[in-house]
Amino acid sequence: MSLSDELYRETILDHYHRPRNQGELKGDNVLSVDGVNPLCGDELTLFLKVEDGKVSDLSIKSRGCSINTASASMMTEAIKGQSVERVNELISTFKDMMMSADEVNVPEEFEDLEALQGVKKYPVRIKCALLPWNTLIEGLRSAESGANPHMVTTE
Amino acid sequence: MLVCPKMIDIETIREDFPILKRELDGKRLVYLDSAATSQKPNVVIDAVSEYYRMYNANIHRGIHTLSEQATHAFEKVRVKIKNFIGAPDSREVIFTKNTTEAINLVALTWGRKNIGEGDEIMLSPMEHHSNLVPWQMLAQEKKAKLVFPELTADGRLDLQSVENLLGPKTKIIAITQMSNVLGTIVPIAEICKLAHANGTIVLVDGAQSVPHMPTNVQELACDFLAFSMHKMCGPTGVGILWGKSELLEAMPPFMGGGDMISAVWADRFVPNQLPWKFEAGTPNIADVIASGAAIDYLSKLGMANVRAHEIELSAYASKKFSELQGVTLYGPRDPELKGGVVSFNMDGIHPHDLGQIVNEDGVAIRVGHHCCQPLMRQMDVMGTARASFYVYTTTEEIDMLVDALQKAQKVFGHVAVR
Repeated sequence: MSLSDELYRETILDHYHRPRNQGELKGDNVLSVDGVNPLCGDELTLFLKVEDGKVSDLSIKSRGCSINTASASMMTEAIKGQSVERVNELISTFKDMMMSADEVNVPEEFEDLEALQGVKKYPVRIKCALLPWNTLIEGLRSAESGANPHMVTTE
Repeated sequence: MLVCPKMIDIETIREDFPILKRELDGKRLVYLDSAATSQKPNVVIDAVSEYYRMYNANIHRGIHTLSEQATHAFEKVRVKIKNFIGAPDSREVIFTKNTTEAINLVALTWGRKNIGEGDEIMLSPMEHHSNLVPWQMLAQEKKAKLVFPELTADGRLDLQSVENLLGPKTKIIAITQMSNVLGTIVPIAEICKLAHANGTIVLVDGAQSVPHMPTNVQELACDFLAFSMHKMCGPTGVGILWGKSELLEAMPPFMGGGDMISAVWADRFVPNQLPWKFEAGTPNIADVIASGAAIDYLSKLGMANVRAHEIELSAYASKKFSELQGVTLYGPRDPELKGGVVSFNMDGIHPHDLGQIVNEDGVAIRVGHHCCQPLMRQMDVMGTARASFYVYTTTEEIDMLVDALQKAQKVFGHVAVR
């Protein structure tokens, strides 16, 4: 298996070509956060609705590379409808999975996200995978504190 | 002058660059990122090490032999650079750490002194951030205005638009001679004529042009020229600012410190003469000296030959790329109007992914916004992939790039058509 086969696994390309929960979320209590990767020009806007301690709905509008788009798409599937507490656990598991040298045991919500483990071998691309998640962290922070969200950047 | 392309003996040249023999995961390195930084020939690498082994000493101050040798070698490079760019006087050649610093030097000294509220600074829409942000900072400080002439649809500068924008408030045009994204060659001599007739001075960002074509500042008639040695076979850490001596003389010093003074009291100083007035502190001695070896190397090849070789490569690349499906090319098509750069996108594949996949075949290209975000916005792309050539680039390497690109299409197409 060549490196690119490993990185560009079908799951990733499938999410890249048909990203889930794409587009703008409208309605009350929807907050939006921008995330950018100034190195490669990836941009995304996360729309987030947090109600009763749950991420009741979310969507993403993005222009990015395959890793960035797929990570965002998989993230929305994994966390939609989950409690904020569970989402925070998933965020930290995902970060562990991307940052630690060892294999990390992944929860069931990570069925597709596991495919992103291949990115670990390409340090520059880890940022692409993390951008949607870091944008989500900022969105949750903003939802909790009521403060306006800041733009998130990989640098 | 008749230029015979055979003057460039590619096999001999490649022998001079040890890195080109490197293999990456069993694949031969195909280095197509020379616009970012060029590779270095043995003579340059050896010059760095020879300085440290044989005559490492500080310059302009020692009375001992090593210091004299180092000073002599250092100052000799100034003369070589003067000759290389056709400048009248080596006192007009100032060493900086890179093109960026050279441009900032002008913005912060000439600019601060001569730009006032309501004045206009003209830049092209294809400037590298290094010839954009320093002027934005100056404009902010002085309440001055940045103005941008138009580009034609094929990425050339519209001279009529330059002429239309020139007005009584236009104090300086700061412009690239060759776009690092599109490869576009800007007709500097014509711009200088228009500018000077208007009492406007011209700073040329030569970072991409000086390494790839003959340069003569007197023929161009520009006022400042900035470029970097690391893009022209030299080491990193050496930039050049050339400026007309009457302008340099009238400018305040840039940074304060040793070497830039001729006398110091507790409460004041007298600046040194040109060029040292702008060279505070111990410079990058080893790399300046090695830059001399790079200038010698390129001079021996002949810059007209370097240019001819790259025109040939551009024409070849253009032909090869036209055989690919789903590719968008940016910038002028005519190889005579552009440098050895191909900027492109492939349908459905982000440049980042493209860069990664071709890297697996040992092919090094640059992907992203190339430090030209405003231009990317104007082109309405997130970024591009860019292959750039130099004296050591072969047509075979362009073939390998094209093969790798086809492979990328396969990787991405596989799921799309599933």
